[in-house]
Amino acid sequence: MSTYYDEVQEIKTQYPNWRSATLPALRLAQERHGHLSAEALRECADALGTTPAFCEAVASFYDMLHLDPVGRHMVEVCTNVSCALVGAQQVLERFEEELGIRAGETSADGEVTLRPIECLGGCGWATVVSIDHHYRTHVKPDDVPAIVQELRNGG
Amino acid sequence: MAGERMIVLAGTDERDLTKLAEYEAIGGYGSLQKARAMSPNAVIDEVIASELRGRGGAFFPTGRKWSFVPKPDQNPNPHYLVVNADESEPGSFKDNEIMARVPHRFIEGCLIAAHAVESKSVFVYIRGEYTGPYEVLRSALEELQGRPELRGDVTIVLHRGAGAYICGEETALLESLEGKRGQPRTKPPFPAVQGLDASPTVVNNVETMATLPPIIEMGGAEYAKLGVPDSRGTRVVSISGHVEKPGNYEIENGTSMRELIYGLGGGIPDGRQLKAVIPGGSSTVILKGDEIDVGYDFNSLLELNTAMGSAGVVALDDRCCMVQLGIRISEFYEHESCGKCTPCREGTRWMTQILRRLESGDALQSELDLLLDVCDRINGKCLCPLGETAAIAVASYVEKFRAEFIAHVEQGGCPFGDSSPLHDVLAPGAMHLHSASSAVPA
Ligand SMILES: Cc1cc2nc3c(=O)[nH]c(=O)nc-3n(C[C@H](O)[C@H](O)[C@H](O)COP(=O)(O)O)c2cc1C
Ligand code: SF4
Ligand code: FES
Repeated sequence: MSTYYDEVQEIKTQYPNWRSATLPALRLAQERHGHLSAEALRECADALGTTPAFCEAVASFYDMLHLDPVGRHMVEVCTNVSCALVGAQQVLERFEEELGIRAGETSADGEVTLRPIECLGGCGWATVVSIDHHYRTHVKPDDVPAIVQELRNGG
Repeated sequence: MAGERMIVLAGTDERDLTKLAEYEAIGGYGSLQKARAMSPNAVIDEVIASELRGRGGAFFPTGRKWSFVPKPDQNPNPHYLVVNADESEPGSFKDNEIMARVPHRFIEGCLIAAHAVESKSVFVYIRGEYTGPYEVLRSALEELQGRPELRGDVTIVLHRGAGAYICGEETALLESLEGKRGQPRTKPPFPAVQGLDASPTVVNNVETMATLPPIIEMGGAEYAKLGVPDSRGTRVVSISGHVEKPGNYEIENGTSMRELIYGLGGGIPDGRQLKAVIPGGSSTVILKGDEIDVGYDFNSLLELNTAMGSAGVVALDDRCCMVQLGIRISEFYEHESCGKCTPCREGTRWMTQILRRLESGDALQSELDLLLDVCDRINGKCLCPLGETAAIAVASYVEKFRAEFIAHVEQGGCPFGDSSPLHDVLAPGAMHLHSASSAVPA
């Protein structure tokens, strides 16, 4: 607990105003709690010296911050134009098959969340899939079973 | 005109320039020493002489932007340099590669700019998804930690975004950097006068920064000999979609688009025909396949009513349905609209809905005009360019491929159907149509 608090104090010193530490503090809170639960928002607010409502209002604007529970692993398939042109939809559907869930869902064991995502800034290396925020490039549907296996073994 | 020319990415084929020692071996950080031996005003003059214009999209002259910043004796507040590394425009992936491959050239550029605008404090706002480039920059900065003579008394903070395209717009970026929701501010005041923490702030793109060391090295006048009038020097262009060799290519401005697509890009795969090209990221007016005998530069593209934007060139082959393209692009802007202006927030949603009706064959001919009318009512009525560019881009698909849109109405459906690769692509903003209760695909 106190380490998170201290870390946020440290981050605040990098900016002209404490409020700039909000996104870093939310990111850290999410890393600790898996998602921004009421408890996580409270912790974040205490460390920043603000209210949970402020933290929630900010968090709800951003796609990478989750107010609801998500899987331990996050699989995000870019379906914007450049990726779609070379088969991103087929990659997304293959993930649905292999994981046994629909895009937007989390597997029953709470392990994996699958979702489409807007352009990841890797259009020339399509299809881009972000696994726990690390990019896999040139992903083809046939690569998907091995990626899913890896996630399951990765524990 | 010229073709490939490596300045920003120079040396990356031979060396691993993510390492400080390698970068110094090719003269790295020499430009910084040179710049620091000059007065801030002299550096600004050099950059004005180079005719460098911002590489983030708006193409504003960099030296001029810097000259708007009040001098410390005019405004005693701290001056900030904020680098826009939020790259999220569909089709663009150049800043990603610049940060990942020439982090030190980028950092050197930041330090040169900080000297020019007399800032001791640099914030690099890097998009949250860019873990790779973030790690590269972090270790490059760590290497610099042990070199106080290079770092000087300037601090560079890497600030990670959290997933929002609009935070690439400079005032939304500042709001976000201040820890708020990323909604654009009204201008004026411009950031140069009141930016971060209401203090004088320069916002510049990653590539703009990485272009500074070569400009200082060769001199502004020499740099201005490259390229064509109003578009000097080089540009890192992202080429993607239906080309044999997608990737980033640094070209001299003015290189023909045909060369980009058929030369560097290697042409269209599987013997297909080029149908259309998005020239500068999703926000730009589309070109038809036969409009590519044009220089890739500001003035030449302006003649065709379009722009280099963020230099994302996307090639589409003859299987692609332009209504489907419209849906996907419109869904993107609908999802990314910050919601502050009604025309943008509601209009992008209406655009998507009409386009969906066209695609499914439920639309009347009059709805095509309705679509253009909606675009027209967004255009020029928004706070920031997001809504406007969404409207202009989608309207350009209708204008340039009108017969195809009419065919959807007349045939009561899509002539391309699922033979188009853009058929039924699931966008994040369309998750409500993707019922979670329906069966899992077999
Ligand atoms: C919706 C929107 C998104 C933008 N995204 C970016 C971006 O990701 N990166 C960027 O450098 N500029 C982006 N811009 C342009 C910035 O507002 C700004 O002009 C630029 O960062 C200035 O830097 P430059 O002069 O070096 O180009 C965007 C503009 C708009 C309207
Ligand atoms: S145009 Fe759209 S994105 Fe820009 S401020 Fe208005 S609502 Fe927000
Ligand atoms: S469209 Fe997929 S990374 Fe840009």
